[in-house]
Amino acid sequence: MTVPAAMTLSEKIIARAAGRERVRPGEIVTCKVDLAMMHDSGGPRRVQPHLERLGARIWDPSKVVIATDHFVPPPDIDSAEILALTRRFARDHAIGAFYDMQGICHVVLQEHAHVRPGMFAVGGDSHSPSGGAVGAFMVGVGATEMTGVLVTGEIWVRVPESWLIEWRGELAAGVAAKDIMLFLCAELGMSNDYKVMQYAGGAVSALSMNERLVLCNMSAELGAKTGIIAPDARTLEALRHGGHAVGNDALSWQSDPDAHYERHLEFDAGALAPQVAAPHSPANSAAVSEHTGVRIDQAYIGACTGAKLSDLHMAAQVLRGRKVARGVRLLIAPASTLTTREAAADGTLEVLTSAGAIMLPSGCGACAGYGAGILASGDVCIASTARNFKGRMGSPGASVYLASPYTVAASAIRGTIGDPRDFLPTRAAA
Amino acid sequence: MSAPTTVFTGRAWVFGDRIDTDLLAPGHAIRKPIEELAKHCLEAVRPEFARDIVRGDVVVGGEGFGIGSSREQAAQALRYLGVSVVVAKSAARIFYRNAFNLGLPVLILPEAGQIADGARLEVDLARGLVRDMTGGREFRGEAVPDFLLEIVADGGLIPNLHKRLHGKPAA
Repeated sequence: MTVPAAMTLSEKIIARAAGRERVRPGEIVTCKVDLAMMHDSGGPRRVQPHLERLGARIWDPSKVVIATDHFVPPPDIDSAEILALTRRFARDHAIGAFYDMQGICHVVLQEHAHVRPGMFAVGGDSHSPSGGAVGAFMVGVGATEMTGVLVTGEIWVRVPESWLIEWRGELAAGVAAKDIMLFLCAELGMSNDYKVMQYAGGAVSALSMNERLVLCNMSAELGAKTGIIAPDARTLEALRHGGHAVGNDALSWQSDPDAHYERHLEFDAGALAPQVAAPHSPANSAAVSEHTGVRIDQAYIGACTGAKLSDLHMAAQVLRGRKVARGVRLLIAPASTLTTREAAADGTLEVLTSAGAIMLPSGCGACAGYGAGILASGDVCIASTARNFKGRMGSPGASVYLASPYTVAASAIRGTIGDPRDFLPTRAAA
Repeated sequence: MSAPTTVFTGRAWVFGDRIDTDLLAPGHAIRKPIEELAKHCLEAVRPEFARDIVRGDVVVGGEGFGIGSSREQAAQALRYLGVSVVVAKSAARIFYRNAFNLGLPVLILPEAGQIADGARLEVDLARGLVRDMTGGREFRGEAVPDFLLEIVADGGLIPNLHKRLHGKPAA
């Protein structure tokens, strides 16, 4: 009798979804999909014509989640029509999990505990790896591919190699998950195709679920197929808080102790400084000291990557009792309506608005170049978003720097790119 | 049934590393229909591309071609403009899948950087071969799996699904 070979967490999930005893990296297998998530941009408006042409219905509406987050609230008639179409689609297909203008899909999905440990999930958005934060295997797909999933409930995948990315020790005050990912974009580049990044180590375990989402979310910027973090007690707590009665057996979704990783990278979290990515790539990242003094016109705290409750808390820690510099506009678009509600209840909103922040509606907004807050040529912006590609956030003549909410807030106060540690008590002193 | 076409010839349009989806399908034009959006394809790096491309031409990219968002218009714009195949050192996985799903094949060729702009290419998907007829060289990349060739031959995933559901590709 042969002993079953060890597998990583991702391989276990893929094997389960493919109905196989085990899978090996490089194999192409067909998986049954546990959850399919769409938004208003790449979702109904693009899949509906395909479904009509095929004369097909959705294989299982109870496994579909739809959120409107790109064209919200509609600034023009085209956007309003897209939202109206999305609502009709959700009604006609009896989609129970429809979140209309409640926030950014990746954040809403986790607030309501739709994505759970061990799931094989797909999302019609490139930041769908965010779902990995709870120990699911979740990948982004385009609208045509989504049509295939909606019709068949299945999708082909090439089993990715797993990399173990371990962050030891403890992040310093003023340093966040965003800094980890900007650092990794510079360190590993953005073309790590067909890899799944599994994050682990003491510094990762210590992160809140909001912060874990950032690691998996920006695995997209590493070019990885997805990112994943094995579930622990904090994961279960968040799922229960989101209304899902998860059992402790969900903790069994772990890599085998002797699983094979193509690479095992170890980093010292305590040595990481706040990072800033210069235009026009997240891979242009370096310690904030390389960019301090660069004049800014706009500071933007938004997106799934950078405007969850944890992100607003970071900004508030820096902005408390201070003011945004003259001539600088600080725009904040909380990632969800629940984020806004919680930030209002705990006093965070008051700190932000007292400092001079301009609050925007929840949605993908300026990050995707669709919504309020886009840039003119010559504008310099520092943003808590995930991407600073040329032209993404408005004019191709604008310059966008990426950083954590701490660093964006510090820069808003200075009017130039600044180090948030100048405004925070050190952990030792705290 | 005759064997599907898996060999393409055309002029090479050579681009560098990390041609992202914002370059291929700029956000400012994303709400427009594809015939409008396609006019802006790659305008930020090569303004004449959308105007001068000829049906059948080949786009040659570097590392991470199509990195960025999941927007299908990135691949759709290239196909609309008549690009027959994308050859790249590596491609972002969502772009790779979107392209095949829309009937635009992608061939991964680690030596793509050795192809000169304007070269006449012959690309054999099933064998993973790229012949540079101008430079007089032949390169071996990754052969495209049969099931993806079938999707390309059917004209994309939707006609392929139609065939699976109804016994024949949609007209």
